[in-house]
Amino acid sequence: MRHHLVLRVVSKLLIPFMLLFALYVQFHGDFGPGGGFQAGVIFAAAFILYALVFGIDHAREVLPERVLRYLVPAGLALYTLTGFAGIVLGGKYLDYDVLGSTPTAGQHLGILLVEFGVGVTVSAVMVTVFFAYAGRTRDVDEEDW
Amino acid sequence: MAPDMVTVIDLVLLALLCATAIAIILVRQLFAVAMLTGAFSMLSAGLLVTLDAVDVAFTEAAVGAGVSTVLLLGTLALTQRRSEETRRRGTAPALLAVILTGCALVYATTDMPGFGDPGAPGFRHVVPEYISGSETDIGVPNIVTSVLASYRGYDTLGEVAVIFTAGIGVLLLLGRRREDEIQDEARRSDSGGEG
Repeated sequence: MRHHLVLRVVSKLLIPFMLLFALYVQFHGDFGPGGGFQAGVIFAAAFILYALVFGIDHAREVLPERVLRYLVPAGLALYTLTGFAGIVLGGKYLDYDVLGSTPTAGQHLGILLVEFGVGVTVSAVMVTVFFAYAGRTRDVDEEDW
Repeated sequence: MAPDMVTVIDLVLLALLCATAIAIILVRQLFAVAMLTGAFSMLSAGLLVTLDAVDVAFTEAAVGAGVSTVLLLGTLALTQRRSEETRRRGTAPALLAVILTGCALVYATTDMPGFGDPGAPGFRHVVPEYISGSETDIGVPNIVTSVLASYRGYDTLGEVAVIFTAGIGVLLLLGRRREDEIQDEARRSDSGGEG
């Protein structure tokens, strides 16, 4: 997409805001609509837009596949370990009450951690799937579509 | 009585959804079909906003209209870009079955509780506890978050595990190139370099 000047300029302007909005949806999910799933897919969508407009090779430089390969299980591991932390601290599995000084503080911490785990795994899986497809795609002439 | 704004928006969105669906069936150019499915998802996201399900609308817009359209296009680039003409014989029984099922479903909706009816059976079991608990025990204003991450933490853990498994599956199937593909690529770049 080398010659699509408008697309390149507009996406360069929009992508920082998309990433910021993803983080807002992630960490403001307690108060407004959103959470880990939504933040993950918005983050991944911004990233995929970058890869579409500026090329898959540039995108791979920003987020190398060996990093992605750790991020995919990292989110799930964070979720699972938050659950085990509840057992270690004397509660039940995924019982956040015991994580903080008060049950409410514990709930806040637990929700923050598991939502972050969800966000990491979802965005990493989305980008991984996209890379897996895009890595096999030969360039198609725009006239051939 | 003039219909209220939400009803008008719902009707317009549903009509556009139907038109998009019919266009998807009729169009043979698969690039256009991929774009139309993106438009379909965007319209569904609009409908979800009118239902106050903004979380789901986010996901539908980002995944349905964004990511999956891109993946469909990627698949088209790998396979072919026109669908073959299907034979149109024997469609009458299928059409009849679809119409009968549709009529049965519409008939069944008359037994459903009204939209947002607080007395609906689904809202009476654990929901009052969640609604009051979200404010007093958890202290999170967004009840969706407290249900998703805390009350129903196991379900969400399962969902994340499903996404994880799906990602690993795609990676195993498509992530690595086959030996002959790598050799092909090397041969092509070699000959390209010489020419």
